[in-house]
Amino acid sequence: MPSTKRIESLRLEGITKRFPGVLACDDISLEVGAGEVLALVGENGAGKTTLMNILMGLYQPDYGRIVINGEEARFRGPSDAFAAGIGMVHQHFMLVPNMTVTENVALGLKELHHPFHLDLASARRRIAEVSERHQLAVNPEAYVWQLSVGEQQRVELVKTLCFGARFLILDEPTSALTPQETDELIERLKRMTAELSVIFISHKLGEVKALCDRVTILRQGRVAFNGRTQDHTSGDLAALMTGHEVNLPRNACVEACGEQRLKVSALMVRGDRGNLALNGLDLELRSGEILGIAGVSGNGQRELADALAGLRKVESGSIGLCGEEIANRRPRAIIDAGMGYIPEDRHTEGIVPSFSIKENLVLKDFASQRFSTASFLRLERIDENAEELRERFDIRASSTATSAGSLSGGNIQKVILARELARGPKVLVAVYPTRGLDMGAEEFIHAQLLERRAEGVAILLISEELEELMNLSDRIAVIYKGRISKVLEAPEATRRRLGMLMAGLADE
Amino acid sequence: MNKGFNALYGTIVIAASALAAIAMAAVILIAVGADALGTFRVILTDPLKDTFGLTEILVRAVPLILIALGIAVAFRSGILNIGAEGQMQAGIIAATAAALYLPGLPKAVLLPLVLAAGALGGGIWAWIAGALKARLGVNEILSTVMLNYIAAQFYTFFLRGPMIDPNELQTGSGTPQSPRLPKEAWLDRLIPGTRLHTGLIIAIVLAVLVFLFLWRTTSGFRMRAAGAEEKAARYAGIDVEKYIIAAMVVSGAFAGLAGAVELTGVHRRAIEGITSGYGFSGIVVALFGGLHPAGIVPAAVFFGLLILGADMTQRSMGVPANMVLVLQGAVILAIVSAQMFLGNPYARDRLARRLRLPRRPGPKTLEDAAAEGGLKQ
Amino acid sequence: MSILDIIMNILAIGVPFSVALLLAALGEMFNQRAGVFNLGCEGIMSMGAFLAFLPPFFLKTGALAPWANLLGFAGAAAAGAVLGLLFALVTVSFRAPQGIAGIGLQMLGWGAAGTLFRHYVGGVTGIGGVPPLPIPFLSQIPFFGPVLFNHNIVAYLAFLAVPASWYVLFKTPWGLKVRAAGTHPRAADTMGIKVTRVRYQALALGGAMAGLAGAYLSLCQAKMFADDIVAGRGSIAVALVYFGRWHPAWILSGALLFSLAQALQLSIQVLGIKFPYEFAVMLPYALVIAVLAFSRRSRLRGPAELGKPYDRETRI
Repeated sequence: MPSTKRIESLRLEGITKRFPGVLACDDISLEVGAGEVLALVGENGAGKTTLMNILMGLYQPDYGRIVINGEEARFRGPSDAFAAGIGMVHQHFMLVPNMTVTENVALGLKELHHPFHLDLASARRRIAEVSERHQLAVNPEAYVWQLSVGEQQRVELVKTLCFGARFLILDEPTSALTPQETDELIERLKRMTAELSVIFISHKLGEVKALCDRVTILRQGRVAFNGRTQDHTSGDLAALMTGHEVNLPRNACVEACGEQRLKVSALMVRGDRGNLALNGLDLELRSGEILGIAGVSGNGQRELADALAGLRKVESGSIGLCGEEIANRRPRAIIDAGMGYIPEDRHTEGIVPSFSIKENLVLKDFASQRFSTASFLRLERIDENAEELRERFDIRASSTATSAGSLSGGNIQKVILARELARGPKVLVAVYPTRGLDMGAEEFIHAQLLERRAEGVAILLISEELEELMNLSDRIAVIYKGRISKVLEAPEATRRRLGMLMAGLADE
Repeated sequence: MNKGFNALYGTIVIAASALAAIAMAAVILIAVGADALGTFRVILTDPLKDTFGLTEILVRAVPLILIALGIAVAFRSGILNIGAEGQMQAGIIAATAAALYLPGLPKAVLLPLVLAAGALGGGIWAWIAGALKARLGVNEILSTVMLNYIAAQFYTFFLRGPMIDPNELQTGSGTPQSPRLPKEAWLDRLIPGTRLHTGLIIAIVLAVLVFLFLWRTTSGFRMRAAGAEEKAARYAGIDVEKYIIAAMVVSGAFAGLAGAVELTGVHRRAIEGITSGYGFSGIVVALFGGLHPAGIVPAAVFFGLLILGADMTQRSMGVPANMVLVLQGAVILAIVSAQMFLGNPYARDRLARRLRLPRRPGPKTLEDAAAEGGLKQ
Repeated sequence: MSILDIIMNILAIGVPFSVALLLAALGEMFNQRAGVFNLGCEGIMSMGAFLAFLPPFFLKTGALAPWANLLGFAGAAAAGAVLGLLFALVTVSFRAPQGIAGIGLQMLGWGAAGTLFRHYVGGVTGIGGVPPLPIPFLSQIPFFGPVLFNHNIVAYLAFLAVPASWYVLFKTPWGLKVRAAGTHPRAADTMGIKVTRVRYQALALGGAMAGLAGAYLSLCQAKMFADDIVAGRGSIAVALVYFGRWHPAWILSGALLFSLAQALQLSIQVLGIKFPYEFAVMLPYALVIAVLAFSRRSRLRGPAELGKPYDRETRI
């Protein structure tokens, strides 16, 4: 049983950690007192998660130390951190999907591990205690793969508290939640500070101001700012986070819409578990329009995108691209019909990582007349194309012969964007196009999307960032349980209204 | 990190893995009470002493080149073809049939037909595994292993039954082998008095063609893309299933051709044990050659040397020739381990830090950091 | 011979045939549950079969003679565990691709067993092997007696290993760790489970069981050693784990299915049915392919990270 001594103060001193080619944490120091909520803010890649993984003993720092209650602590692994009373809820949930909630909790409770017997009864008891005390209802016998994202997050909290955490690290806990669930989580955390200290990692400054007393901002692995949240506006904090004023471009919303480009009706598609992930979905997209798809992940976004690209079987319904029926056509035919696609997982779906940048830039067109004659590749044209696109899309790489997988996330996304946009698509499907990118890259991608819109491309934007959807879309469609529950014109789409719809509540 | 360090790192890794492979083999040599160093010396030098040795190395290199080329095409396309042994036997059956049952054709017609039949036989045999993987998701490693055992049974069935040499039946000795092939189906000898045959030229020409195919044609591009990242290939509109089957068929065709070349160039009749493990050695050669034709040709010559050398040690040192299997297994384990070290920047970085970075003196405290202006309060 | 006799005969031959497959497949199940696909099983079985053969071959008389078979099993298990650890070094610590590494281990095992056999034994020589141990009374039951209760001690123990493996995998902390390491190693790591250690342990256990499976072949089944004694059983065992969806009970049924196919094949030859024997020998291998083609694999309950090396410091 871990000690129950309160953590009066926790300090990180001079933490430095290097990964190949990146200094992830460069001499970072910070401090959290009892019952305090510290916001740790920074762009993607600023070093927040690495720093917290060091605090959990998952990574060893190259230099620096951790001091708890004035004494230096050495964590060789997560077990040491648990023993000291520190627990973390990771952004990607750390739950084993094919085990039950109880088994997941028991996995980390070493005192229940007897040589030939696993004490699941005690684990169950512990879960009941914790979920009662913190009003976190969970079903201990459910398999994790059966649970929704919100439920999994509750299980993560229960699990961490069962391990005896009195110091909680939450890594981007709201990224998959609806606005209402987010509010609920923030209220719950406020109540919990009676017994706990919290480090709250986020890049959503609204949430930070609602919950946290103090904020530490990281930029490129260094502490850029440390202060009280109430003394600064969100705008100030954003500027500190990126190092410069960021003005994400917005859709001016002049009616620009032309003829219908994409028409989806009564679409039925099965998910990986055989359930009907899309259950009669309808939508319509016109030229020169950005249609945003808002929704909690797992409501059919992935299946919709796959079906549009021809990568998933359509059970029934139709997809019309400029009047041509493309449901259940081969991906190649859909690409040739004018579909552009920015896939969700850029590292494995968007590029072939071991291929060079120039090869990736012709991944869809290498067999066209431009890049081949009589099935032989025209290497000089492929080179020219790469140089031209590198210039136009500001792809930062020493040479177009380097492997695309070695690029940063932002540059990989630029390679994909360059390839897709250079093809002159009629419809562009963009799935979470800025997920995990820094603000600079985000700005570039947003500007590109708006430019294409002005040129008359019809864009379907699937995103989980309400901000992004509200900035860019002409209309926002809310997807819930495999159907479009409501389509809102941009001006009437408020956070609150979208949140209600995303949670499946009736629109007022 | 500078280039010098990277080169040093590469050298260390390669040297360490070579030593590890040699050590694994040495353990077995010592276990059979052999003089390990002497055995290695015999393996590596004895075959180089005369024309016979040199030509015999190349005789062994020919099927190895062909099989390894096919395996490289498959590996580059993301499939592990372990079935070259069976595909080779399928090729030999088909080539023997063509040579025996198409009599009276001139050499210019018959020989190409026989070789094509071999490629066709191997290709069809490999197609089974490719189609099973593409259509039903059957793990190709397991299916090709099973197809090897099945092919071996087919092979003995044909040699004992339909294709047996009538003379064997007459004399009653019943050795399972086919009749001698007609002369029109023979590959010529390159150097009279040795077994070195024109198959070597075929193999080298094909090595160049495989290079051109993989890196200069659209089909090669598709196969490499499907192998390097299947999902991205799918998203880019490549029919991955089709190219899995195609790559497997090409791979099998090379193994089948290797069988036909071995048949028409060396033995000139189908006998038992004709494949003599080339199907498995070919995997090692393909890996050792970096899955690239320019590496495969020298790698095949090197393994030709090892295989011949191991045969010679059996006579001169009394070390069983199975030793070469140990060596090949150890080489595979060493190569795949080394590759991961060479390709993993994290491992390289860890070593770099351990070797070069001095420990920074004591950590700074929060106050120090604030005093230096690192923190704005 | 009546039809019932023929069936009884096939079952009585087939049931003990399943033991080697069963032991190897249960071992492989632990490997794969921990996330490692070990195709080297075939090579480990070769080594196990050879090493187990040595003590009874050399200790025909003397004080140790009564213990020779036991020594053989112990040696095979130990060698199997060592080869399992070698595979762990290559695939877990060095993160090498598991498919090819497995082929490497297979060749190493075959080659080593063949080389040592040629040197120490030379040619085919029989040994006494492990005698059958009919269970009193039960073995007298008509039909079921010969089928179930007239085997050697190792066979009985192997069948007990099925529920034991189930208990270890699903009811002990170690089994929990193994399943977590194969399904979501990063999650296991964040909960303080040492993924590398668990995978090493699983591979050592899997290797030891493959070694025992090989020993069963030479000591109980063939009562001799030959280069090709394993004849693909290691690879079949790997296929059985897929077929059995990583669950001991299904693996048992798979092992029985294959060994009965083999027994059937032998009966066909014995009964003198006109049929080229090569086609009969093919039967079990063709069955593996058919079974792989028509068994639907559900990754939902199996080890999702099978075949993928884990590196804590590689960022997602």
